[in-house]
Amino acid sequence: MIALLMRDLRLAVRAGGGFGLGLAFFLIVVVLVPFGVGPNSDLLAKIAPGILWVAALLAALLSLDRIFALDYEDGSLALLATSPLPMEGAALAKAVAHWLTTGLPLTLAAPALGALLNLPGPSYSFLLISLLIGTPALSVIGTFGAALTIGIRRGGLLLSLLVLPLYVPTLIFGAEMVRRGAEGLATATPLIMLAGITAGAIALLPFAAAVALRINLR
Amino acid sequence: MSIWEYANPKKFMTTTAPILPWVFAVAIASTVVGLVWGFFFTPEAENFGSTVKIIYLHVPSALMAINAWLMMLVASLIWLIRRHHVSALAAKAAAPVGIAMTLMALVTGAIWGQPTWGTWWVWDPRLTSFLILFLFYLGYVALWASIEDPDTAADLTSVLCMVGSVFALLSRYAVNFWNQGLHQGASLSMDKAENVSNVYYIPLLISMGGFVLLFLALVILRTRTEIRQRRIGALQARARRS
Repeated sequence: MIALLMRDLRLAVRAGGGFGLGLAFFLIVVVLVPFGVGPNSDLLAKIAPGILWVAALLAALLSLDRIFALDYEDGSLALLATSPLPMEGAALAKAVAHWLTTGLPLTLAAPALGALLNLPGPSYSFLLISLLIGTPALSVIGTFGAALTIGIRRGGLLLSLLVLPLYVPTLIFGAEMVRRGAEGLATATPLIMLAGITAGAIALLPFAAAVALRINLR
Repeated sequence: MSIWEYANPKKFMTTTAPILPWVFAVAIASTVVGLVWGFFFTPEAENFGSTVKIIYLHVPSALMAINAWLMMLVASLIWLIRRHHVSALAAKAAAPVGIAMTLMALVTGAIWGQPTWGTWWVWDPRLTSFLILFLFYLGYVALWASIEDPDTAADLTSVLCMVGSVFALLSRYAVNFWNQGLHQGASLSMDKAENVSNVYYIPLLISMGGFVLLFLALVILRTRTEIRQRRIGALQARARRS
């Protein structure tokens, strides 16, 4: 499992494209927003938590189809299926690799982009914590969506249609936590809900993803 | 004699063939009675005028929008556990009907909301969760449409339906987290003696029953169509091979 994880990480870093692309996309979406709504800093400060969360979510979505597509095409996914590692473990390793190459960099870059959007001072820590806790859920849910659509050529659009509704609860609680943090309200409830969704997704969705993979490899 | 006999496509076809026209007839009759009674023969509500009468479309369609998804969930589970093809096809057949019901609930809600709340749309928990439900239906139908092998499609959509149900439920309670919006609470429940004044209640019940039957009739019809399409596909495959 760790070997698979390391292999995916090396591939992501060395093959190029996937690793920096998500970050660049995140940057561009965030930069586009002031062009769209105008440079009014009060307004930007108000919508910054939501924008950052939506942009992070879209950036995570961008690299989802890479999780299984290449392995499916060159047959290494079939090899994985015959290896002693259970499919659930493979799905989880893939999700972790996706998070390390997408979710974690996004989380670390978010405060810098928050400055661009004039995010109020006290909410940086909340932004960092909410993304740190929320993005693993995005990766695991996305792995499930990617597992569903590997058999489909040009499944990218379908993948986003399937995955985005699944992202709704994570988005609501994540953005809500930052917003409450910015206004100085209690953030414990959305934080607990967000962590609960992430924990539940990590615990259950690898099984669903493994089922989908087995069906697709039949 | 068990319900699983109807999992046999042939048995399903021969059983539903004589029933279907009757279900359709009763469904249309009770929908028409409920709607006409509701629209023309109920007194106008105080403060609301005639706008309130859209309830006879709004409540039944919202009811069926959720029940259609529940039916798809049950059918998907039956397919995954017992591998009855009719069950998978019934789930596939129900989805577009569910889309239509969800859309109808959303549109009638918007039309109703405009005069009473002064706005077509608010991000109220109930409205939002219906919009999310609509998106789930779209994804489900799109997944069915994009996979060629019917068994793979049935398997994958069933898995999606199960995971989607959990997340739809989660979203339903997540949006509750915002404040309680403009939409009123449930006006119909089992444990109250009188929910709405009987003058409105009886035609509403009739049109709800009509919508349930209409859904049933449409799903049976569409399932029969799917079974026939499956047969055509099999015949064509056989013809190609020989």
